[in-house]
Amino acid sequence: MKVTPAAATATQDTDKDVVVARGLATLRQRAPVGLSDAVLERVGLADEYVKVDGPIGPLFIAYGKRGISFVERADAIGDEGAFEEAFRSTFGRPVRLTSKPPEQIQKVIDARLWGRTSRSAEVPVELDQLPDFERSVLLKVLEIPRGEVRPYAWVAAELGRPLAVRAVGNAVARNPIPFVIPCHRVVRSDGRIGNYGAGGPTAKRAVLESEGVDVDELERLPNRGVRFMGSDSTHIYCYPSCHNARRITDVHRVQLRSSDEARASGYRACKVCRPVDPPFRAAVA
Amino acid sequence: MQEEPDQLCQRLAADVDEAFHELVATHQDLVYGVALRVTRNEATAQDVAQDALVRAYGALKRYPPDRVRGMRLRPWLARIALNAARNEVRGRRMHDDVDDAAANVASPDDGPLCLAERNDERRMWAGLLRQLPERYRLAVALRYVEDLSYVELAETVGRPLGSVKSDVHRGTALLRAAYDAEQRALGAREAAS
Repeated sequence: MKVTPAAATATQDTDKDVVVARGLATLRQRAPVGLSDAVLERVGLADEYVKVDGPIGPLFIAYGKRGISFVERADAIGDEGAFEEAFRSTFGRPVRLTSKPPEQIQKVIDARLWGRTSRSAEVPVELDQLPDFERSVLLKVLEIPRGEVRPYAWVAAELGRPLAVRAVGNAVARNPIPFVIPCHRVVRSDGRIGNYGAGGPTAKRAVLESEGVDVDELERLPNRGVRFMGSDSTHIYCYPSCHNARRITDVHRVQLRSSDEARASGYRACKVCRPVDPPFRAAVA
Repeated sequence: MQEEPDQLCQRLAADVDEAFHELVATHQDLVYGVALRVTRNEATAQDVAQDALVRAYGALKRYPPDRVRGMRLRPWLARIALNAARNEVRGRRMHDDVDDAAANVASPDDGPLCLAERNDERRMWAGLLRQLPERYRLAVALRYVEDLSYVELAETVGRPLGSVKSDVHRGTALLRAAYDAEQRALGAREAAS
């Protein structure tokens, strides 16, 4: 018997045994939950993003298997399409909008943006695409507690590169994950809050104030030559925004101009905020 | 149906990375189903389906856009799944029987009352299918369980249309005969009791 394709298509279902067809259809099974995620993960297409409220307006937050990878202010970048394009040109792969992130990511967002839940929980971030130095700068910045600030010089000193202040500034300015990695908490040693990649100094001030930082006070102190706060009862000195410094009662609070002066008066550095002098202090002062 | 230009193919041709998740969402049931027909084990079928879809992604990335634009995704994916599953089971016997496993899976829209009935029905059809000669079993299963058209089926197994049609017809006739015999036996048992 010769069957032409056209005839075959035409006769395709006329002789179908409905009982058998219906019976066998009961054996049809859906793919198990998780198959699609596993596949997308293996081919590197598992990235998603959400739009959430941030301290100074809505944010797009992208994340993948390894953690949060990209954050932009929605107002600054424009719309979803612009964010997707920016993600793609940075990472070379697409990202998909979703309404609800996985629980772990939601927890991180709540903790980093709003200070809900403990900040000791590990923050999964993807910084693999960055050079080693920039990555280590951003991981260090991640340690700065909410409501406190540290100078660029502190980050440089912590990384064992005390003179690399400018390099720290560049790395912080290119932070792909602002708000989550709190680059707004890195300020200039001279007290000015400095520039901010995610919207300039005004935005930086607004974010800090939303966290309860008294920015005016922080700026006033260095103008009077004050860099550190000490306690004359414990003889420990701190950065002014360190929570240990804020606990010092007024009668014991001592304003210090430099670590040399502090040491000369018998003070030691706080082990929590580990205050350092800016390099080239003589030139600055 | 399959002659219509596939929107998804157009999008895959333009950008595999943008459209691939939709390919997975649309066709994962088919890929998994085909793997399940051959491996007859749910865990193995899941691994095979995963490998098959990853392989499909690699191929789509390699193919020139013109080729992707003209693809028929269902038979192409079914064939990748079939080959992957055959490689997986080659040279070893499977002990678990998928068709019994399949019979125990309730679909979410089953109400509690008809669930037992549905399961009985599934188990019966799984048994009948299992008794079919190997030669017809895959053809019938791909045609009616996985709902491939004859054209898709021929392309999937890489054989002429006429020969897969005749396999399906003979297999279906055998299944129907076995089903009728079972119904008669059932009727006789009920009459006797």
